[in-house]
Amino acid sequence: MGLLSRILGLGQPSSKQVAKDRLQLVLIHDRVRISPAQMEALKQELLGVVSRYFDVDTAGVEVTFSQHQRENRLVAEMPVLPEARRQKGR
Amino acid sequence: MGRVITVTSGKGGVGKTTATANIAAALAAQGHKVVAIDGDIGLRNLDVVLGLENRIVFDLVDVAEGRCRVRQALIRDKRTPELFLLPASQTRDKDALRPEQMVEVCDQLREDFEFIVVDSPAGIEGGFRVALAPADQVVIVTTPEVSAVRDADRVVGLVEAAEKGPALLVINRVKANMVRRGDMLGPEDVQEILSIELLGMVPEDEAVVVSSNRGLPLVMDGAHPAGKAFSDIALRLSGVEVPMTDLSDDGSIWSRIVRFVRQR
Repeated sequence: MGLLSRILGLGQPSSKQVAKDRLQLVLIHDRVRISPAQMEALKQELLGVVSRYFDVDTAGVEVTFSQHQRENRLVAEMPVLPEARRQKGR
Repeated sequence: MGRVITVTSGKGGVGKTTATANIAAALAAQGHKVVAIDGDIGLRNLDVVLGLENRIVFDLVDVAEGRCRVRQALIRDKRTPELFLLPASQTRDKDALRPEQMVEVCDQLREDFEFIVVDSPAGIEGGFRVALAPADQVVIVTTPEVSAVRDADRVVGLVEAAEKGPALLVINRVKANMVRRGDMLGPEDVQEILSIELLGMVPEDEAVVVSSNRGLPLVMDGAHPAGKAFSDIALRLSGVEVPMTDLSDDGSIWSRIVRFVRQR
């Protein structure tokens, strides 16, 4: 990394950005009072329920929180495989 | 009827007492009748920051327990005649006061004062609950550091749960040069994370230490940047619209170049 880009703070994220990212992550768990382990358990259970109705591409499953102001929203994204393969649970 | 403003933070050492002293002194200097209450029972400090420690006879716990009338415990600041202090007890502990006693004391003071500014102890336990109980408005003080912002976020949630929200935010000890070079959370970052209204930001200022050495609130002592920031905060609390001073931008060509390059 050149001197100029070091002076300008390019190349690696500023410590301010690192602080902000860390805070946002830690506050999600503080606010909803859920540990990463519990989040993982929730994800597995959600996956279990949804899989009874759809074929889910498990590799693409994401369960996160989104924030708007001080409202926290649970967002589950589960890629569903094409209908031809969806015949379960009915 | 007076308004009760409780100043709190969660984390200790972020400048709660300094903020309380200066907001109260500024409101008084602006012509309002103000009483500052030290809610930190057992660890009182508002008296020394205001330079009134030698005149204490009775304290908040004496008033709450009926050993004296509230007027007997009030100390008038001779330099700012509209400013009074109701000191904490130094010999009792945090459990010496119940929330309903604090509400009762504040209700008596509402009749005579326009503003009652309560300095909350650090933490989120009993003492904080006592300071929160009488509040019409809560001011949360934080610094632009991860630990302080995290604790402030917890307090924002507790204030909302107690139906005392939305709280207002004061960001203290902002180091403009560190914000500029991307090594400190800027006021807009902290405000975005906490999502509560920004009441003011206070620059890091060595004069704060000097003023607490002397027991003379900054706002009484000339035109220091931090004193100006606290005066603006006091004006906003009394309903005057004052634009925020942009601390992160000194207007120099260098800071513009850095910002320009970063944005790309």
